[in-house]
Amino acid sequence: MADGQQITLTIEGRQVSVAPGTSILEAAKQAGVLVPHYCYHPGLPVAGSCRMCLVEVEKAPKLAPACATAATEGQVVHVFSERALEQRKSVLEFLLINHPLDCPICDKAGECELQDYAYREGPAQGRLRDPKRFNPAEDFGGDVLYVTNRCIMCTRCVRFMDTVAQDTVLNVSERGDRAVIGVFEGKELTNEWAGNVIDICPVGALLSKDFLNKARSWELDRTPSICPNCSQGCNAIFETRDNQVVRMRPRSNTEVNQYYLCDSGRLDYRWMNRTDRVEAPLLRRGDRLAATDWDEALRAAALHLNGKRAFVLASPMLSNESLWMLSRLVEKTGGKGAFRVRRGPEAPLPGVKDLALRAERAANVRGAELLGFTKTDTPLAGMGDGDVLVIADHELAEADIADLARASAIIVIGTVLPETARQAIVVLPSTNMAEEEGTFTNLRGRVQRYQQARSGPGMSQPVWWAVGDLLTFLGEGAGHYTASETFDSLAQARPEFTGMSYETIGLKGQMMASNSEPARTIG
Amino acid sequence: MGFPHKSHPRETPILSRYFGDAEARTLEGWKKRGGYRALEKALGMAPAEIITEIKESGLRGRGGAGFPTGMKWSFMKHGDGKPHYLCVNADESEPGTFKDREIMRWTPHALIEGAAIGAYAIGAETAYIYIRGEFTEPLRVMGAAVKEAYAAGIVGKNAMGTGKRIDVHVHKGAGAYICGEETALMNSLEGKRGNPRIKPPFPAVAGAFGMPTTINNVETLTAVPHILNEGPAWYKAMSHSSPKSTGSKLFSVCGNIARPGNYEVEMGFPFKDFLYDVCGGPPPGRRFKAVIPGGSSVPIQTMAEAEATLMDYEGFIAQGSMLGSGGVIVFDDSQCMVKQIARLARFYAHESCAQCTQCREGTAWTTRILERIERGQGTMEDLETLSSLSKNMTGTTICVLSDSCATPIISGISKFRDEFEAHIKGKRCPMGATAAA
Repeated sequence: MADGQQITLTIEGRQVSVAPGTSILEAAKQAGVLVPHYCYHPGLPVAGSCRMCLVEVEKAPKLAPACATAATEGQVVHVFSERALEQRKSVLEFLLINHPLDCPICDKAGECELQDYAYREGPAQGRLRDPKRFNPAEDFGGDVLYVTNRCIMCTRCVRFMDTVAQDTVLNVSERGDRAVIGVFEGKELTNEWAGNVIDICPVGALLSKDFLNKARSWELDRTPSICPNCSQGCNAIFETRDNQVVRMRPRSNTEVNQYYLCDSGRLDYRWMNRTDRVEAPLLRRGDRLAATDWDEALRAAALHLNGKRAFVLASPMLSNESLWMLSRLVEKTGGKGAFRVRRGPEAPLPGVKDLALRAERAANVRGAELLGFTKTDTPLAGMGDGDVLVIADHELAEADIADLARASAIIVIGTVLPETARQAIVVLPSTNMAEEEGTFTNLRGRVQRYQQARSGPGMSQPVWWAVGDLLTFLGEGAGHYTASETFDSLAQARPEFTGMSYETIGLKGQMMASNSEPARTIG
Repeated sequence: MGFPHKSHPRETPILSRYFGDAEARTLEGWKKRGGYRALEKALGMAPAEIITEIKESGLRGRGGAGFPTGMKWSFMKHGDGKPHYLCVNADESEPGTFKDREIMRWTPHALIEGAAIGAYAIGAETAYIYIRGEFTEPLRVMGAAVKEAYAAGIVGKNAMGTGKRIDVHVHKGAGAYICGEETALMNSLEGKRGNPRIKPPFPAVAGAFGMPTTINNVETLTAVPHILNEGPAWYKAMSHSSPKSTGSKLFSVCGNIARPGNYEVEMGFPFKDFLYDVCGGPPPGRRFKAVIPGGSSVPIQTMAEAEATLMDYEGFIAQGSMLGSGGVIVFDDSQCMVKQIARLARFYAHESCAQCTQCREGTAWTTRILERIERGQGTMEDLETLSSLSKNMTGTTICVLSDSCATPIISGISKFRDEFEAHIKGKRCPMGATAAA
C-alpha cells in the first residue's frame, strides 16, 4: 500500500475510506458508527483487553478486537450482527457479576459507559448465584478516590499515568478476579495531571473527591468554555447546577489539550461562584460609595476622565473583547495600560506535545500584550501623576497601594471591590468569564471562544460593554452591542485578528493569521 | 527413558537417554557423550542450511502448539539491521507436565547446544533461557552449565573459536503460569508485568525488547543437535502413523498409574500400549477412568478414546483431544471428575493475568460454580450456565488461558455428565470426596 493511499472498507453497510494503519474502531467512528468499548481511549496505547469491541469481520474465523485490528481494503465489518451482540452481552454479564448495583448513589450514574451499554445491550438478568466480590474503597491521594468494587480493570488510568503523565504511580496489583488498581508503595496520586484519570475512567471507580456527592450528572448544564487558570487555554466544559459552577472538565481539542486538563485548572473554579460581588454601579457621595444606575455612574466616570489621560490596569483574565475596548479608552485619552501576571511553577504533561500548566496563571496574557498592555511586576510605575486610574478587575498588590495616591481619580470596573480600592469615585460592576461570552488568545496565539455558563449578579455587565458605554459618554460611540460585534470591530482594526469571527473560530479556536511563531519564546 | 524408573524396551530414549546420569551434567561428561559436535557442525553451516535440515526433519514445537520449528525459524529476516533474540521457554508450568524440568536437571548442555544452534540459525547473538521460578534445581544446574560453557569458550564472544557471538543468559521467572505464554514471557523478561500481548505483531516481527524474536520450547531445541548429527531423514523416520508428526516425544505421566515418570516414545506410538505396558497400567485393583493426555489445557479423554489413540499431533485430535505439552494425567475409578475439573478451574482462576474480561471473571465464576456442585449445592441450571460461560470464554481473549479453563469444563460435562448430575441430584459428592484445599 503506497503512502497516502486510502483504504476503503464497509462498516455496518457504510463505506468509509481511511488512512492506512487506522483501526477498525477509529474507521467506524469516521463512518458514524460507535463500536462499544471500555479499555480503548484515543489518547492511550491500545490494551485490547476489555474485549467489548469485538466485531465480526467477514471471512475472519474469530471476532476481531476493533481497537487492535487494522482496517484493510475491502473488509466488511458487522458491529451489530447477532454474533457481535451476543459476545458483548456476554462481556457485559462478566463485567456486571461483581459490579455493585449502586448506580443510585454513584457519582458516575448518567455518564457511565457501563450503565449505558448495560441498558442498551446487556443481559436482562445476571446468572451469578454467589455473593459479589467486595473490596474497600481507597483514597489514592490528590483528588482521586478509588471505589474498588466498581472497577472493571480497563487500565486506562494505569496507562495514562505510565505513558501520558509518565509518572508511574498506578499499577495492576494481584491476578485473576482478585486484581485491583494499586498504588506503588510510597507513592500518591498527586501528579498535577492525575485528575484526568477520573475523566477517562469509563465507570464510577475513580471519583473526584471535590465533586463527590455534589450533584447528579443529569442535573448539570454544560457549557463549552476555556479554562482561564493559565495561559495554555485548555478547552473545557463548565458544568453548572442552580447557576453555580460545580465542576470543570476537559473538552477535547487535539490542537491544544487533547483530552486533558490539569488539577490546578480544573479545581480552581470556586471564584466564579463568589458571592461578595459588586452588584450595582457605585458612586462616591462624600465618604461613602452609594448604589446608583449605570447612566449616572458612567456620566460621573466620563466627567472625571474628561481631558485626563486614563491609565488602565487591566486584568490578563479579561477577554480580547474587553481588552480591546479598554485599549480604545487608552487611545482615546492618550493614556497607557499595564498589567501584572500571577506566576506559579510550570507543570508539563510529558505525553502531549506543548501542553503544560503554564507559569503564567492567567488566560489572556498574550491578548493583553497584543492590545498594548505592558506586562510588568510594577504596573503602576508607568502611571503619570494626575492620570485617572482605571482598574479593570485587576488585583492590587501591597506594592501598588502607595502609587494609588498619584492618580487624580480611581475608576474601578470589577467583579469585587477590595478594601484597597475603596477610594474609587466610581465602581462599575462587571461579570466574570463564566458569566459572559468572549475570546482568549492563548500563549501560542490561538484565539478561542468561551460561552456563558451562569448569569452574572445584579446589574453586572461585561467589561467591554461598560467601556463601550463609557466611550459613548466620552463622545466616541462604540456602535456594537454584542460580544460578537465587539470582536468583529477588533478583527477589522487589528491585523493579528484579520479574517476572524466567532463563526470562523467556532468551538475549536483559530490561530492568529500572523505573528504566531515569535510568540513561541513566551513562557 | 521412564525416569525415575528403568527404561522400558519399547521406549526410544534420545533426549532422555542420560536422565539420572550425574556425569552427563558436566561439560566434560557431556562431551564424552557426543556433546557439542552438532554446534561445531552448525557454526560451519549457513543459517539457511540449518533451517532447511530442521524443516526436512519435520520437527514441530513441543510446547503445545506443534508449530513447525523450521518454518518458525525462517520467519526471522536476516540482515534487517536489528538485533534478533532467541527465547527458550523453560517456564514449564502446565499442570501434569515435567519433561523440560528433567532435561534441564540432567542434560543442561543439551539445551545450551540446541539454543546456541537455534540462535545462530535465526541470526541472534543472544539467547535467553527463561526458567520457571519454582524450578530451583534446574536453575542451579543450568546456571552452572552456562558458566562452564562460557569458561570453555563454547558460547560467548567467540563461540567455539568461530568468531561468532552467541550469548546465553539464564533468567529466573517469578512464579506465574501465564509467563509460559510466549508474549507474556517476553514482557516478564523485559521486567514488565507478565501480561500476554496482542498479536499481531508476532514475535518474529516485534518480540523481546521490540526486536525480532523466536521462542522455542526446551524439548524442541534439545532435539535439534540430534537432527544435525544424525540427519533429518533419521528423525523423520521416527513416525508410526502421521507423516506430519516425526521424531521422539517425551511424555510426563502422573496420576493414578503404576509407574509415573517421564517416558520417551516415537510419534504415533499406541496410547493403549503406552498406558498399560510402558507405564504399567492402573494401580492394583483399579481401573482407568479418564486421561488428560497433553497437559491440563487439553480436552479430557474417556478411556475408549484414549485406548484408540495413536500418540502424535493428529492422533490425539482424532480422538477428541490434543497432544499439547505431553503431560499425561491419568484418573482411575476412585476419582471424582467434578472435583478434578473444579481443581483445574481453580488453578486457571488463580493464574489468570486479569487483562481480558472473560478470563478474569469467567475463570473465577466457573470455579465457584464447580466447587458448589462438588459440595452438593449445585442445580441443573448451573450446568447450563457452566456450558454457556465456557462457550463465551473460548476464542474471545488475547491468549488461550481462558480457553484452557473452559476446555476441561466443556469436555468434562459432555463426557462425564452423569457424575455432575449425580452430585446435583444426590446433593453430595458420590465419591465422598470434596475439592481439595
